[in-house]
Amino acid sequence: MTECSARFADIISTVEFNHSGELLATGDKGGRVVIFQQEQENKTQSHSRGEYNVYSTFQSHEPEFDYLKSLEIEEKINKIRWLPQKNAAQFLLSTNDKTIKLWKISERDKRPEGYNLKEEDGRYRDPTTVTTLRVPVFRPMDLMVEASPRRIFANAHTYHINSISINSDYETYLSADDLRINLWHLEITDRSFNIVDIKPANMEELTEVITAAEFHPNSCNTFVYSSSKGTIRLCDMRASALCDRHSKLFEEPEDPSNRSFFSEIISSISDVKFSHSGRYMMTRDYLSVKIWDLNMENRPVETYQVHEYLRSKLCSLYENDCIFDKFECCWNGSDSIVMTGSYNNFFRMFDRNTKRDITLEASRENNKPRTVLKPRKVCASGKRKKDEISVDSLDFNKKILHTAWHPKENIIAVATTNNLYIFQDKMN
Amino acid sequence: MGEEEGLHQTQLLDTMFVRGLKRKCFDGEEDIEGTLAGIKAIPSYNLQRQSLLDMSLVKLQLCHMLVEPNLCRSVLIANTVRQIQEEMTQDGTWQMINTQSTGQASLDRLVSTDILCRSSREQAEGKHVPGYTTFNKDFEGDQAQDSSETMSTAPSVQVPRNLQSNVWEMENPQENKGNFQKSLDQIFETLENKSPNSVEDLFSEVDNSYYDLDTMLTGMMSNSKMGHCDGLETFSSPTATASNSNCKSDLNELDHIVEILVES
Repeated sequence: MTECSARFADIISTVEFNHSGELLATGDKGGRVVIFQQEQENKTQSHSRGEYNVYSTFQSHEPEFDYLKSLEIEEKINKIRWLPQKNAAQFLLSTNDKTIKLWKISERDKRPEGYNLKEEDGRYRDPTTVTTLRVPVFRPMDLMVEASPRRIFANAHTYHINSISINSDYETYLSADDLRINLWHLEITDRSFNIVDIKPANMEELTEVITAAEFHPNSCNTFVYSSSKGTIRLCDMRASALCDRHSKLFEEPEDPSNRSFFSEIISSISDVKFSHSGRYMMTRDYLSVKIWDLNMENRPVETYQVHEYLRSKLCSLYENDCIFDKFECCWNGSDSIVMTGSYNNFFRMFDRNTKRDITLEASRENNKPRTVLKPRKVCASGKRKKDEISVDSLDFNKKILHTAWHPKENIIAVATTNNLYIFQDKMN
Repeated sequence: MGEEEGLHQTQLLDTMFVRGLKRKCFDGEEDIEGTLAGIKAIPSYNLQRQSLLDMSLVKLQLCHMLVEPNLCRSVLIANTVRQIQEEMTQDGTWQMINTQSTGQASLDRLVSTDILCRSSREQAEGKHVPGYTTFNKDFEGDQAQDSSETMSTAPSVQVPRNLQSNVWEMENPQENKGNFQKSLDQIFETLENKSPNSVEDLFSEVDNSYYDLDTMLTGMMSNSKMGHCDGLETFSSPTATASNSNCKSDLNELDHIVEILVES
């Protein structure tokens, strides 16, 4: 696997490939978006696909102060979602806790020259000195990538936005916070429709929050949202304006032998993703990844243990708050492999067909560049074999929460705290 | 030495919790005398449960201190607290805490745990829970003496009721901060004989209180040192606020945003 990496000044908070995979967007805690672009394939070097280089950097969100509540609104980018490309420009949605913005990223490689009233440096000419007229012409210039905010969708969320998802109609999108989900039209910023509201009349009765939401990739009327109690609700917007009553409820009955005071916390779903086919959805809870068939509500069709060795450490992980870490998960382009992160800069891949899994590490110290990544193994208990790592020496500060898979190729982006790693599969 | 012991205790704590079976209160005693002779006694299930309850309440307090608390985390912790309290009242095990602890089973302790029981029972029966002021009055009226042992249960007794009503009200944080300050005032007034005047004083006292609670807990259960703090050394535990400040300080000029390191 070839590897390239970038170091960030701030904690990376989201990673997302665009629909072609040519662009990779990252958001960070400082409200910045950095977009990487894949180099055009080098025909002479057939063994490597293009590497990713910085394409554009811009400040998406600034810290704000809510004067009414005396609370600071963080500028951290929670999610980025790309729109499919319709013309030369690229569009993406980025969101912090409260405000969603639509950004247009466009290239400029020509500029007009030969103005009549302006000098080349921009100073205005004295009109009395103008004796002839000419038509300005476009001349090539160094490529400039500009990002400009085209829409700002604000003031629709009382609680923290955790998800945004663009509908397959490419005209609407949803945004979800802890208690509500709103539906927007991409052209309209002063209005949104509330489609889910789970806020109880009496806040003392609150026991469950929304943790993630996503539109179905093909059915523009269908979306799902997950909860902190480990349930997923599928809703059909055709049924009613307010989708408080789900069409389907996905929930796996609890295993009584594993019951503890932490059962609910570890069942809380941190991410939900539809497969590209639209037939399955994947959920990530603290210890596992589950694949659900949309036609079967009472249990997942596949379950993969990410780091089962942590089950005996839940009290310590509760104490240091790691039990509340929200790991994301992703599908590969063909829906045959799923990937998610873990601690110690480990990330895991599960092959759904062969049922094989692998643990890899995103770290410069332990991997020589341009070598195949060595599989890792964690020793849960007993004698530690050579090259294995014991649970007690895992670094719980090094967590991989965000990963992304190229929609078409075997290229993955893995974010550690401050570093972004891009791994490519070496073909032929 | 302390570190290893602490780690060992935390590991045992983890193991105990994993078992997950509801254990009758008297099982705890058998365990202590039973299997692991020669090693320090495993903390009994009830003591561990109490420790988890206290830890959860402290977490709820701390997260109320943040600028805007993470609602999901707060809900999950509050649900855990509720679970523990329900189990404790169902088992009737709050009585056992008195007999198993090393201190004298004082009248004060019985009174304070009675209040714990009462508030949960009222919750179960759907009764109107007395407002903050009346609840406090009851507590202060029944309290015979100021003893640190009573005070150590005070946060776990008082705070849940108030937090239930206050912790979610993000729309009125000023009002709630007022209520919460009041509740903290009451608690820490008796703990430290000080009444905080300014908001800063209040917050600095809350920070100290975490450690006060912890030392009280370890003092209470001197037979079985929970060693949370020791256990923490294994897993570095940055709080959210700590990591915030670290990031801000690491952030240099906007010019040097990204360094590209392409391995060749």
